[in-house]
Order: sequence, then structure tokens, then C-alpha cells
Amino acid sequence: MENKIQKQVELRVPVARVWRALTDSGEFGQWFRVKLDKPFAVGRTARGHILHPGYEHVVFEAVIESMEPEKLFAFRWAHPRSHKKEEYSSDYRGMPTTLVEFQLKATANGTLLTVTESGFENIPEEWRMERLRGNEGGWEQQMKNIEAYVAKRT
Amino acid sequence: MSQKERDLITSKRQAHALAFAALGDETRLALVTRLSSGKGRSITELTRETQLTRQAVTKHLGVLGRAGMVQSIRAGREHRFQFDPRPTKELHEYLAFVSRHWDEALARLKELVEK
Repeated sequence: MENKIQKQVELRVPVARVWRALTDSGEFGQWFRVKLDKPFAVGRTARGHILHPGYEHVVFEAVIESMEPEKLFAFRWAHPRSHKKEEYSSDYRGMPTTLVEFQLKATANGTLLTVTESGFENIPEEWRMERLRGNEGGWEQQMKNIEAYVAKRT
Repeated sequence: MSQKERDLITSKRQAHALAFAALGDETRLALVTRLSSGKGRSITELTRETQLTRQAVTKHLGVLGRAGMVQSIRAGREHRFQFDPRPTKELHEYLAFVSRHWDEALARLKELVEK
């Protein structure tokens, strides 16, 4: 069984542009929704608050593992036991991590970006269950989104 | 984090390593396929249905059992073994959940670079 996720997306811009959106921490923060003040550097820990609605109390913490210009960007990020506000702790020492790799390849139309996240077997089963069932951007958040959408339309 | 929590993570991590190792073997995957259809199977039946020896079947069932993927049910004098899909299904759902998050993030990335 696969214990990783792999996603591919073709972007209609040159590799250099995608590389910047991934490795400039400010640009990364815009689409990943995290507030980062310092630039990324191999071996350095990047830390900042998540800006995703409902997750604002959560800290993003990742160690940059590789930066091969316009080819590969990889980081390992830590997972807290719970994202729920009342149970959350930003002390990530000893917490399980997964590895995220972004691979870039030039194509006729632009760039093929492949994202691979692996190491999910490191996260205890109970934590994953809680995340699935809990109010962590799951169904409850989806219901709120639908409510907000309907309220706007009527 | 307390020592107790640390120990829990370590033991869970070992459990997951076991689950992945359990499915990472062709013989065991073949056994799982047999065990997932219908009623449970006894060791005798599994030995007959596969090209394996009784010892090999017993050994592989042990690995699957420790990974929580096989349940043994007592039926009269013999034990019958059945596939327990819970660990597999839960992992699959979790990956689907994380996968949706990536779809959303990559859609935002696409919008950012292509605008």
C-alpha cells in the first residue's frame, strides 16, 4: 500500500517563476497560507503562523532539506497531536514529521510540478482519526463554507 | 510532551511500520486477498489454497495479526482467520483528506503564478 501522496499540476509559466513561488518564503506563504518572515535556507527551520481560516493559532514548522535550483525543493514538517485550539501545543519537539518534495520539470507549455508527501506512517493512527472526525477543516468547516456561501447568495 | 506521550508515539510508529511491512510482501498480499472474501479461513484451508507450507501460513498470519489486519475467530475446535479492513481503510481516508488540502493549495499556487 502507498503511504504517500503524489500530486501533479501543469503551470503555464516558466520553471523560474514556479521556483520563486515555491522558494521565496513570502510567495510560498501567499499560496500555502502561512506567515513567514525569514528566507528559506537548507538546514534552517522555517516557522510561522498558519493563515488558513480556522487554523490561525497553529504554527507551521519545517526544516528545509533541499533546494536544487529549478529542480527540487524539499522540507520536512512537524505534525502536532491536535489542531483543536483547546488541545493544541506549538511545542513540536519529538513530534512526527512528513517529507514534502516539489519537483519541477520544464514542458512545452510551462512547468510540470510534482508534489510528493511521504512518511504518513509516522503519524499515530489516533491522531489521524481525530483529524478526520474532528473540527479540523473537515465536514464542519465545509458546512460553514456552504452556509456562508448560501447567506451571500440570498 | 510527556514521556508517556512520547512512548505512545513510538509504539504507534512501530505499529504502522508493522502494517506497511505486512502489506509489503507478495505472499501476505495474496493471503490478505483470500482472507478478505467471505467467511474466515482456517490454517488448513489456507495451506490447501496456496502453495505454502503450514508453517509459512502460520508465520505470515502472525505478521498480519500483529499489524492488526487479521482477526482470529474461534469456531469449534479450530481458529478461523479473517481480514480486518479497519487499519487499511482509515489510512486511505486520511490520505484522501490530506490530498484534498494539497489540491486546494496547488490551485492557489496556480492562480498566483499564472495571474
